[in-house]
Amino acid sequence: MDRDPVEALAKAAADGVEFDGLSARLDGERLHVATEGSTTTVAADGTLADLPAPLAASVTNWFYWDAIAPEQSAGRAFLRWLEGASEGEQSTVPERYDALETGVSREWGQLLLTARLADQGTRRYEVRHVDDQDVPISELAVKTALDDATAIARRDDRDRYRPLKTAPTLPRGWVFPDLGPDAVLSIVGELYPATIENWYREREGDLDVTHYREAAQRQTGRYQSVSELPSEALEWAAEACCVDPECLKRREWDETEDEVLDVPRGDGSFPCREPCSLFVAAAKEWTSLEDEATRTYEIELTPSERDQLEAIVDAVADGQTDQIREADLGAGANRYRARYLRAKRFEGDASGAFEMADGSDPSEEHTTE
Amino acid sequence: MPTLVVAAHGSHLNPASSRPAHEHARRLRATGAFDTVQPAFWKEQPHFREALRTVPSEEIYLVPLFISEGYFTEQVIPREFRLAGWSGWESDGTSAVAATLSAQDTAQTVHYCGPVGTHDAMSDVIVRRAESVTGDPDVGEGVGLAVVGHGTERNENSAKAVRYHADRIRARDRFGEVQALFMDEEPAVDDVTDYFESSDVVVVPLFIADGYHTQEDIPEDMGLTDDYRTGWDTPATVDGHRIWYAGAVGTEPLLAEVVAERAADAGAEVNDRLRTEPERSGDDTVSFC
Ligand code: SF4
Repeated sequence: MDRDPVEALAKAAADGVEFDGLSARLDGERLHVATEGSTTTVAADGTLADLPAPLAASVTNWFYWDAIAPEQSAGRAFLRWLEGASEGEQSTVPERYDALETGVSREWGQLLLTARLADQGTRRYEVRHVDDQDVPISELAVKTALDDATAIARRDDRDRYRPLKTAPTLPRGWVFPDLGPDAVLSIVGELYPATIENWYREREGDLDVTHYREAAQRQTGRYQSVSELPSEALEWAAEACCVDPECLKRREWDETEDEVLDVPRGDGSFPCREPCSLFVAAAKEWTSLEDEATRTYEIELTPSERDQLEAIVDAVADGQTDQIREADLGAGANRYRARYLRAKRFEGDASGAFEMADGSDPSEEHTTE
Repeated sequence: MPTLVVAAHGSHLNPASSRPAHEHARRLRATGAFDTVQPAFWKEQPHFREALRTVPSEEIYLVPLFISEGYFTEQVIPREFRLAGWSGWESDGTSAVAATLSAQDTAQTVHYCGPVGTHDAMSDVIVRRAESVTGDPDVGEGVGLAVVGHGTERNENSAKAVRYHADRIRARDRFGEVQALFMDEEPAVDDVTDYFESSDVVVVPLFIADGYHTQEDIPEDMGLTDDYRTGWDTPATVDGHRIWYAGAVGTEPLLAEVVAERAADAGAEVNDRLRTEPERSGDDTVSFC
């Protein structure tokens, strides 16, 4: 810290300072400093050591937010929220400092963000996976650079590519232990792009939501067809892609402003303001699949086999297939059970597989692209 | 210092697609020539629609990490970035420089630059790619160079960009022969050895990122390998020629300078720090097989 906070405050106090319960006024060579319950006057060229502890805390707090924290509104609001200093939160600066001594944590998607107090009121920030909350730092890979965040966001714990950054599949095992205010904003922005900015817009009451029909209308080229997705299918699509187990954004868009989807929006901290590119790509697929007319099929299954088909669909839809143990033959989606079903019902002579109820060949009449 | 947004395609399926955007952004950040360097994507996040709100400056240089003028640079990017008043660059297909527009979403001033692929300095990146893949900083004499593109089927301007650079490099008289080849028109990359007399031929695809075309189609079409999954040698011998296949030119570190040049041409005050000796690509970037 180049300047003493008191010196900086004296300069600013010429115009009067009111911040987080601190008031300061310059009167010639005298600087009057007050918080609720404590008032003092020091020489304008005094130092922090001249102030009693609670006042010193308020002065370093002012200095941090005035001279060190970013001015940019979204990032600043986010850092204030992080330490419980948003508007409407009643804690005093000494109370906040007490909490910051041990660290104040908030969750942001799958991130656990912790603000701590460092030298002379400076804040330092830590970012880690929320499931690593209790893991000692020595057991985590220590990260420092923006590139590290890019790499973390790229693949999940199974080393699979993550096309949607807000999917709840962020890998574990890393920590950014000691970041300044600008760096923590960059890291969060890399892991969850534009979430801070959209959260801020929402808080300010000016989130620009683009509903599905409008977003679909905008599409051209290969995606032009998505405006034909039926309303009912849009519900299913949102249920497939946008619910909490699939995406941590809280869906704020609907079919149109007046036609609200029934699918739960999710509980995420940050909003989704329009269908994302992955959703639009999926919608393109479903638009073309919805073009097919339904047919009636006849298939012979035992009741257990019927239940098993359902179990397989559930396991695939919930991403549970690799959690079913090799020898857990009681589970419908067990691999051996599925192979058995395929051998019995879906292989060889067509008589076992699905048949059209009217006796025609089910492989005809597929709508293909 | 200027603020830079690099607009790239990205992919839902292939993590290599967005890598050049991230890596060039990292290189440009390291030069300190820009205040902020933010990649933005069509298929990834931050999306084109939301990228401008993540950069807190009032004036932005927006550089498309695309090879040619066409659908993406003329329709998708201006629409998704909400650039008011966009009516096209005055360009013959390879001559776009920049247009100054206002972003409806954020009221920022956006200097929308031509794509990196048509900048004159891209010829240098192609040559640098040939140097990297052969490991010879003086490569040229007695060596053939093929610049490879899609062809006209998808976009007329993409073929123009390929020919433009092939012509420029040919005029330098550095390589024994220079040819523009295409995936879906004549002269076709499949017949690469028919078009060269030189025994050594360097093949540089004018693509931004490695993916299906550069890592599957082209190597198989040229006969470098029967199955891209098993990889290929560099150089590989085909019909008595040694083919040095470079992979996508966009992964070459020098491309970062073209991004900066694009911003500078649009009026950005880019300081001299950029002019440091750029890193050279290692062998590991040549093929991901
Ligand atoms: S559209 Fe759905 S899946 Fe995409 S970001 Fe929004 S909530 Fe998530």
